Amino acid sequence: MSATKSIVIRGATVVNPDAVFEADVRVVDALIDAVGDALEGDIVLDGRGCYVSSGFVDLHTHLREPGKEEAETIESGSRAAALGGYTAVVAMPNTDPAQDNVATVRFVREQGIKANLCEVMPSGCITVGRLGAELVSYAGLADEGVTLFTDDGTGVQDEDTMKRALVSARLANVTLAQHCEVSSMTNGAVMHDGACCSSLGVPGWPSLAEEQMVQRDINLVRATGAKMHFLHLSTQGSVQMVREAKAEGLPITAEVTPHHLSLLDELLTSFDPIFKVNPPLRTAADIAALKAGVLDGTIDAIATDHAPHAGHTKEQPLDQAPPGMLGLETALAVVNTSMDLDARKIVELMSWNPARIAGLDARHGRAVAVGEPANLCVWNTADVWEVSREGLASKSKNTPYHGMNVRGRVRHTLFSGQIVVNEGKATR
Amino acid sequence: MNHLLSTHDLSIDEIVQLLELADHMAEINSRAVPKVPALRGKTIASVFFEDSTRTRLSFETAAKRLSAEVMTFSASTSSVNKGESLRDTIETLTAMGVHAFVVRHKSSGVPKQITQWTNAAVVNAGDGWHQHPTQAMLDAYTITRNFGDKESMAGRTIAIVGDIKHSRVARSNVDVFTRMGANVVLVAPDALLPSSIEGWNVSTASSIDEVVGHVDVLYMLRMQRERMDESLVISLKEYTDLYALTEERAARLAPHALLMHPGPINRGVEMQVDPSEVPGSRILQQVANGISVRMAVLFSLLGGEISPAATLGGDA
Repeated sequence: MSATKSIVIRGATVVNPDAVFEADVRVVDALIDAVGDALEGDIVLDGRGCYVSSGFVDLHTHLREPGKEEAETIESGSRAAALGGYTAVVAMPNTDPAQDNVATVRFVREQGIKANLCEVMPSGCITVGRLGAELVSYAGLADEGVTLFTDDGTGVQDEDTMKRALVSARLANVTLAQHCEVSSMTNGAVMHDGACCSSLGVPGWPSLAEEQMVQRDINLVRATGAKMHFLHLSTQGSVQMVREAKAEGLPITAEVTPHHLSLLDELLTSFDPIFKVNPPLRTAADIAALKAGVLDGTIDAIATDHAPHAGHTKEQPLDQAPPGMLGLETALAVVNTSMDLDARKIVELMSWNPARIAGLDARHGRAVAVGEPANLCVWNTADVWEVSREGLASKSKNTPYHGMNVRGRVRHTLFSGQIVVNEGKATR
Repeated sequence: MNHLLSTHDLSIDEIVQLLELADHMAEINSRAVPKVPALRGKTIASVFFEDSTRTRLSFETAAKRLSAEVMTFSASTSSVNKGESLRDTIETLTAMGVHAFVVRHKSSGVPKQITQWTNAAVVNAGDGWHQHPTQAMLDAYTITRNFGDKESMAGRTIAIVGDIKHSRVARSNVDVFTRMGANVVLVAPDALLPSSIEGWNVSTASSIDEVVGHVDVLYMLRMQRERMDESLVISLKEYTDLYALTEERAARLAPHALLMHPGPINRGVEMQVDPSEVPGSRILQQVANGISVRMAVLFSLLGGEISPAATLGGDA
């Protein structure tokens, strides 16, 4: 392999679980070859003023392929991920066909390999067709490398079905991830059920609809001993229940999205469907509780719930437009702008913890050290930039941050030793 | 004023001015030939995605009395049935040379959304449970003109009775009445109140009997039978026991008190008395005032460069 060019990331601050220090990092082939002072290489990436860490891992990405390629493809979504510093994403299974079978799961993985911009890890459905009734064969999909199962977009409503799912998941040693929403309480719901919703005259989305399922699932985890990951928690009550469940020692993890840490329900006074999302944007008190949960470790991971939607679908009346917003390319900046977190905490929330939860920790979310896989991200917390929907790589433009100034930026991303983002630009 | 989307967009001064302009319009409406050339050459599209009789006819009559051209669009007979999007519908009509859209839609917020796809003025003629600003204006006009105080309704007690939660009329009226100084009491079962009335500046009562004897205005809302069917509410019998206006209750209204209703009336549901038998009823006056107020709104939006005195004086 004498033809292989070495890459040196020069002058950045290495962020590792046990230490944060300045060093150059050299990559040869797909591995880290050296970490030290004044390293030389064929290609030099400027890392001054930046951190270098394991690449980010998104537990919650909607890539829309197969089925809604108008909104996003695995390639365009992978490019958005790379630009956001992600070297791995978990592809949500609410595709068409749904990811409840070997063929679809293989297709998603192979499209990811073809795009070659980050690792695309398909998740599987909890129930066939995400219909909430018949259980998917977890062991069968686990053989394909699937470790995370969810019916995201909807929660598993029936208690007994969920209990049986947890028992099967424990036997197959996979993790179930729940979208907590009691659907009978959110019929036609448009936004958080509070003062703003009442004044705007739209159907409300009560916090209780989420909290009822969080509580139920905590009880089911206690009863079955199975692992459970809570997707996109949005209410203060949910955070408190998860905090107590973890204190009890239950095998529970939880994520929060950048938008639930940064955006208020009041944005819906514009009636702009760009701000419609499931679960909905909530109140200042909820944001404060989510942030407290992030700081005290109740929340394990930041996950984007990147949900592209074609422009015309977001031009419908608010009550008819689909919920969801983009997240991959703005996640680091939004989290960094919304919260005062040190670099170590950011990497813990965006790389180390999600890699472990997704079972990707053999290749992602590892220390920056000799011999480790070169899935790396070079980023800073200082650059201020204005988000522009036109500037995004995603096929859809439904970012809620258009026109806003944010702080913190991804400069370079290396996936499997290859430069996929250089100076903030995708290389392929 | 570029659009009229919500009562919240208007200051009290602007509302008072619009009501004074409505006085001019009422004078025109009293003439033998109630028509002036004020909006000649202007085209107003009446775009109703949801059925309505009185509001559509009221706006169209108002437009015609100001000599505007009226283009009528109704969703049930249009390309919306062929799947045309809201945006395409509005852009298409705009391309035909529309100066103002009068929009009714079952979804809250649609009039506001439409403003991004057209340069024309947009008037909200009722959107979902959100707002019905010209209804609030014609109601404020009716109340202030009846009580002879043009500036405000300060200190008056107004009870709004019925399905507050699903009512755009309630949301608009609460805003205008409270800002004009009235004490507003919402009279409704809990299931028909919004989950929060924080910032509404109102009090509540749980039966019509608690308020009927001492209100200056009794404002009855239409009870939609569909809501009853959703079973999330109380039974029709329970509802009428506590919230319907019966003959006995109407007799307890103070002599000066006004009875109002936005229509259409549900006889035998919320109205168990013939309104024509109630001396304080102003329900038909509301309808007549609606034309004057909507003329004032359309003129303010489209005739801004012309002084009212110059245009409103002559015959068409």
